Amino acid sequence: MKIIVLGLNHKTAAVQLREKLAFNNDKLQDAILKIKSLPQIDEVAILSTCNRVELYIYSRNSNNNIVDLIKDFISDFHSIKREEFENSLYCYTDSEAIKHVFKVSSSLDSMIIGEPQILGQMKDAFEFALNKKTTGVILNKLMKKAISTAKRVRTETKISENAVSISFAAVELAKKIFKDLSQKSFMLLGAGEMAELAAKHLVANGVKDVKIANRTYERGCELAKDFNGRAIKFEDFLKELVNTDIVICSTGASHYVLNKTQMQKIMKERKYSPVFLIDISVPRNLDPDINDLDNVYLYNIDDLQKVVDNNILERKKEAEKAEKIIEEEVEKFFKWLSTLDSIPVIISLRQKAEAVKEEELEKFKHKFPHLNKDQLAAIEQLANAITNKLIHSPTVALKEYSEDREVLTEAAKKLFNLNGIEEEY
Amino acid sequence: METLTFKLTLIFYFTTTIVGLIEIFKESKGLSKIILTLSILGFTFHTLNIVIRYFAFGYLPVVGMHHATSFFVWCIIAVFFVIEYKYRISITGSFILPIAFILILVSSTFRRDIFPLPPILQSYWFDIHITLAFVANAAFAIAFAIGIMYLLQEHFLKKKKVSRLFQRLPNLQILDEINYRLISFGFPFLTFAIITGALWAENAWGSYWRWDPKEIWSLVTWITYALILHLRIIRGWQGKKAIIISIIGFISVLFTFFGVNLLLKSLHNFNN
Repeated sequence: MKIIVLGLNHKTAAVQLREKLAFNNDKLQDAILKIKSLPQIDEVAILSTCNRVELYIYSRNSNNNIVDLIKDFISDFHSIKREEFENSLYCYTDSEAIKHVFKVSSSLDSMIIGEPQILGQMKDAFEFALNKKTTGVILNKLMKKAISTAKRVRTETKISENAVSISFAAVELAKKIFKDLSQKSFMLLGAGEMAELAAKHLVANGVKDVKIANRTYERGCELAKDFNGRAIKFEDFLKELVNTDIVICSTGASHYVLNKTQMQKIMKERKYSPVFLIDISVPRNLDPDINDLDNVYLYNIDDLQKVVDNNILERKKEAEKAEKIIEEEVEKFFKWLSTLDSIPVIISLRQKAEAVKEEELEKFKHKFPHLNKDQLAAIEQLANAITNKLIHSPTVALKEYSEDREVLTEAAKKLFNLNGIEEEY
Repeated sequence: METLTFKLTLIFYFTTTIVGLIEIFKESKGLSKIILTLSILGFTFHTLNIVIRYFAFGYLPVVGMHHATSFFVWCIIAVFFVIEYKYRISITGSFILPIAFILILVSSTFRRDIFPLPPILQSYWFDIHITLAFVANAAFAIAFAIGIMYLLQEHFLKKKKVSRLFQRLPNLQILDEINYRLISFGFPFLTFAIITGALWAENAWGSYWRWDPKEIWSLVTWITYALILHLRIIRGWQGKKAIIISIIGFISVLFTFFGVNLLLKSLHNFNN
């Protein structure tokens, strides 16, 4: 019995190779059915994202040829020589494989640790396999456990907390200054990809009053439409600052568009109501001295980057805690897996005991036909109690996870003469 | 029973303080519930202790530094529960419990004798005047703790330090709001405490105002908080500066409470 993970990811292979080996939507069905039809392969699922391609395989027979078989298949399917990809592949079996699956689903193996998209992609991959009927008891359970482990990791550690992109970091900081973003007024000063992205996140987090000040008024009007805001003349931005709580500045000017003295005056007019200034322009457009003013919080692009770096570091620390959770879950899964061997034996042991009991009861009834209902019921109860008690301890011993369980299973078969156990489970 | 409940109170506030400090410095998840549970336990014993004392003495146990401080702490924890219930900022306890513990520890060093209520205090003004003053002081104590949280968070934001504590502390605006609310709540209580005090003084000592140190320092406290409210309401002040004044205000509260009784000669010293 073997669970195998064979694959490559952003750490082991460059994008050129990853795209060659990817199973895109149209190829996926073909590939998964072909692999399923290979000898010795009982269950298979394929995860193919832009950062990784992984095959999850379950085989009832522990034969080492399987990996070779798959490699040949990949080579054939993608018309690529084995030498070209073999060195980039990793291959895990059994508990290592289970651990890898849990690490992937919990986003410990991702490019940015803790980013949750991978869980969704994994769910899709397994669901696809389920629909195509290429998975069974083992891989279905593995998927369920991969999802629950990922959820456990997310709730018990802080791996997905705190922003790891500059635009999200800006929103996170705004939430540490203001109670309710929907009550706050926001101004986008200038434009630019990152500024617009941050603005988008702010709007998504509830900011309603949006003002756009652009040097080209028409461009401002266009952006205003996107954000459901209003354009203002660039020259008016100083006046507007009095009624603005959050500013993202990216004007492309080569000098400061706002200095400390101007801001001081504005603060007085706004009665020192706190203001969050985000300057993502390089060279900077807002005089850094502005940060010295009370109730003004000025962050430039480097400050935001520092926040992001720090958060990534925190996530890595949390990943260590997550590893422990995963270890636990792997152990649980492995135990479940190994109880599978003994389940058929337990079932037939039970059936045998039942059969013996029924047979003896029938004989007894024939011998003593004059017994009344109550007496019969009492006898039946007695018989039940004896059989149950007798098979209780062997059942427990067989269910329990232990080193010598294989021996026990075999012994049980012999001791109780349990022949004809179905091999198929 | 009285000593036992007091000891238990002390022990529970101490453990809560330790857990609270761990939460601040180590920052592990799930400690805030433990803090709340422990402080509820401590508060239960504290309440029991005060009830026992009330029946043993026959009056509100607030005469003498020990009893007064203990009652002060009781009021602080009570206001803390109200704030916790209303705002659910779990980390607040980590800042308030240490203050409560230090105060109750200080109180345990004072003499704990029980004596009959001095005749001068035997008046219906006693309960009213004292309750008003303690409620005001408790509100100011919590405002002080919230103010400290504000200044910490402000510091993190200004210096761009995104520590774990930064992640746990709430936003500045809510802290500012709670601080403001507590002061607006405590201020009328303080005002009425001073007014009832004056009326009582006229009754007991023959004049409304005698420039007793307790009276002077109460006035200083009153002026400080009046200034905050003036700046906030009339000038629209927000944030750091208003918070700093509220912290000064609480220092004045502490001096009125401890300094006057221990360092200065005051008519309010009923201990001996």
